[in-house]
Amino acid sequence: MGKAKIATTSLAGCFGCHMSLLDIDERILELIELVDFDKSPIDDIKTFSGRCLVGLVEGGCCNEENVEVLKSFREHCEILISFGDCAIMGGIPAMRNTIPLQECLDEAYINGPTVYNPSGEVPNDPEIPLLLNRVYPAHEVVRIDYHLPGCPPPADTIWEALVALLSNKPLDLPYELIKYD
Amino acid sequence: MSETFTFVIDDKEIEGCFGQTILEAAEEAGVYIPRLCHLKGLTPFGSCRVCTCMVNGRAMAACTQPAAPGMIVENASERVTEIRKSLVEMLFVEGNHFCMFCERSGDCELQGLAYRFGIAAPRYPYLFPERDLDASHDDIFIDRNRCVLCGRCVRASREKDGKHVFGFVGRGPAKRVQVNAEAALAETKVAVTDEAVAACPVGAILKKRTAYRVPVGERRYDHEPIGSDIEKRRTAAAE
Amino acid sequence: MSQDHELERSVRAICQAHDRDAGRLLDIVRQVQVREGQVSGAALDLIAEELGQQRVEVEGVVSFYAFFSEEPQGRIVIRLCGDVIDRMQGAERVGKVLEDELGIRFGETTEDGLISLEWTACIGMSDQAPAALVGNVIVTQLATDAARDLVRELRKHGDPQRLVRTFGDGNNAHERVRAMVVNNIRQAGPVILAEMEKGSAIRKSVALSPAEVVRAVKTARLRGRGGAGFPTGMKWQFTRTAEGDTRYIICNADEGEPGTFKDRVILTERPHLLFEGMTIAGYAIGAEKGILYLRAEYAYLRSMLEEVLDTRREKGLLGAHICGKEGFAFDIRIQLGAGAYICGEETALISSAEGLRGDPKNRPPFPAQKGYKGCPSSVNNVETLCCVARIMDNGAGWFAQLGSECSSGTKLFSVSGDCRSPGIYELPFGTTLGELLELVGAGDAVGVQVGGPSGKMVGPADFDREFCFDDLATGGSIMVFGPERDLLEVASGFMDFFIDESCGYCTPCRVGNVLLKERLDKVRAGLADASDLDYLERLGETVRTASRCGLGQTSPNPILSTLENFRPLYEARLKSPDESLLATFDIQGALEESRGITGRDSLHFRREDGRQNSQEKGATA
Repeated sequence: MGKAKIATTSLAGCFGCHMSLLDIDERILELIELVDFDKSPIDDIKTFSGRCLVGLVEGGCCNEENVEVLKSFREHCEILISFGDCAIMGGIPAMRNTIPLQECLDEAYINGPTVYNPSGEVPNDPEIPLLLNRVYPAHEVVRIDYHLPGCPPPADTIWEALVALLSNKPLDLPYELIKYD
Repeated sequence: MSETFTFVIDDKEIEGCFGQTILEAAEEAGVYIPRLCHLKGLTPFGSCRVCTCMVNGRAMAACTQPAAPGMIVENASERVTEIRKSLVEMLFVEGNHFCMFCERSGDCELQGLAYRFGIAAPRYPYLFPERDLDASHDDIFIDRNRCVLCGRCVRASREKDGKHVFGFVGRGPAKRVQVNAEAALAETKVAVTDEAVAACPVGAILKKRTAYRVPVGERRYDHEPIGSDIEKRRTAAAE
Repeated sequence: MSQDHELERSVRAICQAHDRDAGRLLDIVRQVQVREGQVSGAALDLIAEELGQQRVEVEGVVSFYAFFSEEPQGRIVIRLCGDVIDRMQGAERVGKVLEDELGIRFGETTEDGLISLEWTACIGMSDQAPAALVGNVIVTQLATDAARDLVRELRKHGDPQRLVRTFGDGNNAHERVRAMVVNNIRQAGPVILAEMEKGSAIRKSVALSPAEVVRAVKTARLRGRGGAGFPTGMKWQFTRTAEGDTRYIICNADEGEPGTFKDRVILTERPHLLFEGMTIAGYAIGAEKGILYLRAEYAYLRSMLEEVLDTRREKGLLGAHICGKEGFAFDIRIQLGAGAYICGEETALISSAEGLRGDPKNRPPFPAQKGYKGCPSSVNNVETLCCVARIMDNGAGWFAQLGSECSSGTKLFSVSGDCRSPGIYELPFGTTLGELLELVGAGDAVGVQVGGPSGKMVGPADFDREFCFDDLATGGSIMVFGPERDLLEVASGFMDFFIDESCGYCTPCRVGNVLLKERLDKVRAGLADASDLDYLERLGETVRTASRCGLGQTSPNPILSTLENFRPLYEARLKSPDESLLATFDIQGALEESRGITGRDSLHFRREDGRQNSQEKGATA
């Protein structure tokens, strides 16, 4: 039997959760013994090569591209994990959720005090994914099997979770590993 | 007044005296009943419903319900915990609780309850309401994004500080904490030393220039769940 | 400057006219509102100062009630009833006409400051919907052309009363009422709607001891008519024996349950019977003071009711030594509400009558122990107190043999919706729902909301059930829905009602109802799967269990009862759960705004078929 495969992605996130994943330090060598990375920014594989056991999702969905990627994660992964507060509740990007979309764009590209934008226009290339009306937590878009909160989740939390799931054990994190910050 | 009686919480017989609420009697006996709007020394309020227990089979708020002889109280059962988790999750989705940058994180009672219940994510959709922030005062600010409408500031200001700085206005989902002034907190008699300021269980009323002084790892709920102090009393008494 | 001075003078005068009594805050604020068209920040300060209160406390009260406004309102406020029944009868079309004719939207005021337009909850006119309140004047059966004329007339003469051309029957034509409201009494029974000689029941009561009166009410097996069915005699017993020097009897005429209008008819046609009952209650529990808490929507009846009270004082039926009984003094004051359904809950009603926000109080203590102003109080429904008068007049035995085994007496039903003869029916308990439906001409009913939104939606399988406290209990609201109605839309309308009317005190009701409605609407829009029905049931159960008062404990009923009795309506709209995106995630809705801003369609989720065009990509990967 081949090694289990893991996929990871960062949607509307800051990659901090991925940094925390790397923070497992030398245990990454153990991890590599246990799994192969499939689609992930860690190995820069862009498309799924097949089904994965575990998918780690950082970030919520702020645009259609995020939804598309999250959807393909749900389709390719047995177990889908939201890791980090952005995936779980939208996080910092979701601070725009109480502000109308047009106002956000105007502030970012036209009115903001530090904006330099001689065109005075909001970019609108056909390649730019459409923004969603607000930022959605991952579990409001697809079914999520486990949530690892934190900003970012501690490396130990991620490690414990992965080891448990890869060895088919129930994921039962100790009190100190569930934190929202 | 000091006449005592016994009643049962989760199959354990405990002592109570007339005039005590279920929550008070339980606390004295070292049984923690989760709560949010309750604060010792303030008039019981019964708004958050987190202390809901099954009392003789009926749901009641332990913070307002007087203890009575022979009561059978269900506190830690699965169905009661399920209700409480649901309520805590409601409070999380009702406001805009960005724990990751909140000054109260680690010291927040709402968060503490969520940790204790092992809530990793709420089952309800986030409502992302539009709420405002009042930073007009020199030493204190109010961030209504995080307000859970527990009324602790309202009661503490009235009952402890004798000031009536806060009150509720509006109703239903539009209900909010208002200050006793035309516009903003700076116009009120509030002082940074007020009990009302200290009474806030979440990061809605905060003192300025005090943020992040306690390092991560040393904060109130970093290692032990909320309520542990009460539960330790029971263990200590048993030993 | 002089304007400020004028405001100060008038607000101070109003406060002084009420003895600067903070307990009369509702009356004070109401007068300020009527005079100034708003309760401004300056007025808040003045009232607070006069009453020795804090501004934020006064603001808390003003902001709680729908009929008060901190923002300036027009001289005339048109409140169009937005209840489910009114909407079924065309209220939305009427609303559109009003908006067009006035040139404003709901929630706005015309530029000349003459007219404001608002939606309001059920105003107790479901049998003559659509209806509106124009100032205090009730306008019924409001068709679109009549709505147009209404605005034109108001613009011409500015007098809502002149909109009333023909008066309704009975006391609706009374010179102090002059309303176009009709009674629609379809079937009168022997308890409430029969005639009675004034004072007869009181005379018979005072011949007995108070304890004997309580016993008679117990023997009659009278239970509260508001819906909960608490035994009246027992409530009185508790109040009578509770510690305290002063006691109060409070009549709950805050008839706010949508679809109920029986109290309107009682207040119009049988005020003497009601006041007679209140007086007897006062005698029985040892109260010298009674309060009739009248909902603001029925303010048009107030003047006539005051006259009835005066008449009774003149006849020695109120005041000192009533009916010559030494030591028995009793009088009644009318407390007007200000637009809050929650005040029908007895402890919220007490809060409101005390001049506070209409928040329910924590129990214990119960009102019988510590009610109005901390004194033992009995809060009884209008219909219940009428029953009391009749019991004392005709005898407990006579009353007890009416109705069914478990429920004595008759019940007033307020019937509205899809039926031939909406109106009031007084029928003995034990009547079946099917019999009532036949009587009202609702042969093709597919759903009946029994007991208003807080009651249940039942279908034909339940039509043979009996109205009584042990089977189909109801405060009397019967809303009939024919085959062309969408019952889930009805349920959604009821959830809107509860969200608007929740006091917001406790978490489950304040938040839970919003969440329930969100998911129900997802189902209605075809954006849910089977798991969402489970979600609704669990959430509904939590709200029902954990809420602090009756409002929250019943607010999930529109959903829970339709899930129980009309599940196929839900199932027919469910999505199959095989797609990777959650059924509840509305990708098309989420992209709509961006499409408008960018002027282009999605790359991945094209609008035309609502499905992503990368489906094929996924399949080949």
